[in-house]
Amino acid sequence: MVSPATMAAVRKSGAVPNSEYLLTAEGIRKEFPGVLALDDVSFRLKRGSVHALMGENGAGKSTLMKILAGIYQPDKGRVQLKGHDIRLNSPLDALENGIAMIHQELNLMAYMTVAENIWIRREPLNRFGLVDHAEMRRRTEALFDRLNIAIDPEIQVKELSVANRQMVEIAKAVSYESDVLIMDEPTSALTEREVDHLFRIIRDLRAEGIGIVYITHKMNELFEIADEFSVFRDGRYIGTHASTDVTRDDIIRMMVGREITQMFPKEEVPLGEVLLSVRNLSLDGVFRDVSFDVRAGEILGVAGLVGSGRSNVAETLFGVTPASSGTIEIDGKPVRIDSPTTAIRNRMAFLTEDRKDTGCLLILDVLENMQLAVLQDRFVRNGFVEENRLAVECEEMCRKLRVKTPSLGERVENLSGGNQQKVLIGRWMLTNPKILILDEPTRGIDVGAKAEIHRLVTEMARNGVAVIMISSEMPEVLGMSDRIMVMHEGRVTGFLDRAEATQVKVMDLASR
Amino acid sequence: MNQQTAMKPDVDLKTGRPRQRRMPPEANIFLVLIGIALVFEILGWVFIGQSFLMNKQRLTIMILQVSVIGIISVGVTQVIITGGIDLSSGSVVGMTAMISASFAQASTWPRALYPGLTDLPFFIPIGVGILIGLLAGFINGQLIARTKIPPFIATLGMMVTARGISKWYTKGQPVSGLTEQFTFIGTGIWPVVVFLVVALIFHIALRYTRYGKFTYAIGANVQAARVSGINIENHLVKVYAIAGMLAGLAGVVTAARAQTAQAGMGVMYELDAIAAAVIGGTSLAGGAGRITGTVIGTVILGVMTSGFTFLRVDAYYQEIIKGMIIVAAVVADVYRQKKRAKK
Repeated sequence: MVSPATMAAVRKSGAVPNSEYLLTAEGIRKEFPGVLALDDVSFRLKRGSVHALMGENGAGKSTLMKILAGIYQPDKGRVQLKGHDIRLNSPLDALENGIAMIHQELNLMAYMTVAENIWIRREPLNRFGLVDHAEMRRRTEALFDRLNIAIDPEIQVKELSVANRQMVEIAKAVSYESDVLIMDEPTSALTEREVDHLFRIIRDLRAEGIGIVYITHKMNELFEIADEFSVFRDGRYIGTHASTDVTRDDIIRMMVGREITQMFPKEEVPLGEVLLSVRNLSLDGVFRDVSFDVRAGEILGVAGLVGSGRSNVAETLFGVTPASSGTIEIDGKPVRIDSPTTAIRNRMAFLTEDRKDTGCLLILDVLENMQLAVLQDRFVRNGFVEENRLAVECEEMCRKLRVKTPSLGERVENLSGGNQQKVLIGRWMLTNPKILILDEPTRGIDVGAKAEIHRLVTEMARNGVAVIMISSEMPEVLGMSDRIMVMHEGRVTGFLDRAEATQVKVMDLASR
Repeated sequence: MNQQTAMKPDVDLKTGRPRQRRMPPEANIFLVLIGIALVFEILGWVFIGQSFLMNKQRLTIMILQVSVIGIISVGVTQVIITGGIDLSSGSVVGMTAMISASFAQASTWPRALYPGLTDLPFFIPIGVGILIGLLAGFINGQLIARTKIPPFIATLGMMVTARGISKWYTKGQPVSGLTEQFTFIGTGIWPVVVFLVVALIFHIALRYTRYGKFTYAIGANVQAARVSGINIENHLVKVYAIAGMLAGLAGVVTAARAQTAQAGMGVMYELDAIAAAVIGGTSLAGGAGRITGTVIGTVILGVMTSGFTFLRVDAYYQEIIKGMIIVAAVVADVYRQKKRAKK
């Protein structure tokens, strides 16, 4: 037994490179103003393995990943690459040390070609000092051959699908001869087939000895692709295990530190009249012949893979992209919804899929965000906004939704994802809707906020609101819905009642 | 983390009045204004041996010479808040000055453009000027909202076209011999009054009306605004039309003040107006900005021009220094915002 001090001294000298581990981080501490993001966290990545980081939002896995990628610098602790201490001061630093990160929001330049994106800053030059495009193309093709990627190097990135952009990012990382690849939820926007391709590439890279840090919220991916995983909770390191050693429940227990009981507080509510009736709704080239009814108090779940047209149906119902044909009846009366304004007038509400892109006014404050939709027809007298009355109402709403914000005057960009989502829900609850459309209402928010949003949705259904809820999370759809409508490639492939719905049946319809 | 909300109410729940929110962002710009004025004051005593500020006449001229820029800038600020830009305002000033003046000529003037339409009551040329400006802005707005071309291009087109119209209108001849009841609006302190009334109206409109809320919302996130039921196209047309209308009003004031109209009036005013807005804290990214800031920004431009003249700085140097100060103001603002974001 060697004493820890000796071990440390040996390691420090760099004489004994620890060959088993590619990348290690020990005793990492990182503090942000008011938040201890990481507290004495450790992490070890083996050569030729896929190591998943698991944890709720705010658990610290993003912060750790950003430290490993050189975006943040730790306050304390050491990072070692192949047994040598390194200090990464920038992402470029990390890249040159062989650590590449593939961000969730892909960082490619849309109007440049694939090859230009990959070799940026390292363009091959001819003898006049000009960029040698032929050589660049040749190198790109060689790289793509190695990775089994079939993309034209000369095409502009904006022409590529999200999946292909991801491939380009991976190729770029590999082109730096990286030893470590960090992937942040790489499958969040991919279809099943694309995920398969991605996993094949990951396995190939692993076989070449590259270590992959893989961040995901999806449990089944963990079992499919990861060799090991580490769990974090509230900025602390909980443990590392081989993914063959544990069950799904074990991991959830580690992540939340408690048993999740009342995750889906679904109540049986007596259903009322049909509030919304949709017949043969079509949008040319996107979806066709979508028909369904939703009753007062009913939650209609909408399942389907990304690209199945779920969100498009929601956008058409709400008038963002008006339908090319089909009818919509509300309360038995036919209505023509050609803009969100008419939708709101018909007492519909629409929580969009992308909080940042189509929901929040990030640089404005909570009050200004909340009041937006209700100003269409209330709290306005002779064009003047009745700010005082409105502020009282918004205050009340914040309390009811338990929005964590210092005040109504706080900029929304300073709130957490879950609280931003609550502010948006508040925006629509103020309009007192009869029909509520939710598109991925709990995407990217932590378990606690998730449960609260489920509680709110349930409460609205109890008050007689007809709810349409699109979700990619199977447990959410199964747990919350009275009925589930499943879509595939722009068509409705079936309906399942709450009692008969299972994950297998939904997946079966979704891939039909 | 506790689930309970720890919220300091922003509103006094008893009276329902909003509590004072943090210091208004204009406070900083106001300090900059004071600072610049004090620098001129000190330099005045050092080099000229007299006070810069303790001179009523100078202060009046100072505000007077920027009031036209100020009127335009109130409109431009609103356009920039939506995330757009208006390059046409200077040319619209020239065009509306020419056209409105042509309806304000006295019958005693031998070369009236419309000999049958002389000695008209003052509200006709003023109304014509404002309407022509409104029309130009309306066209800008329609182009931007319907064809989706970038505001930069649409208003650049209008900038060139309106300047062309003002030259074509009289084949380059000035329009003179204006009636006294028309030129009255340009005399004395009236341009300043017009500027401040316009500023007050749109300050209220931006802060307290639905029009204002929607303007900020569009600039902050146009997609979110659309989904929240705002008719983006109609609203943008309104904002650009208002900006055009204010440029038209500025054209009227310019002609009245000069007691003549020339095709070259208002050249580069659009840039001064944009500078005033940006110095005043309006973000070119959209979603942020206030009329109070723009008013202070306008006064800063006025103080700089007066100050340099007072110090007898050569006009060439004046422009060079002004350019640098504008950039410095924005750099300082960006820096300050970064610091705030870090907190």
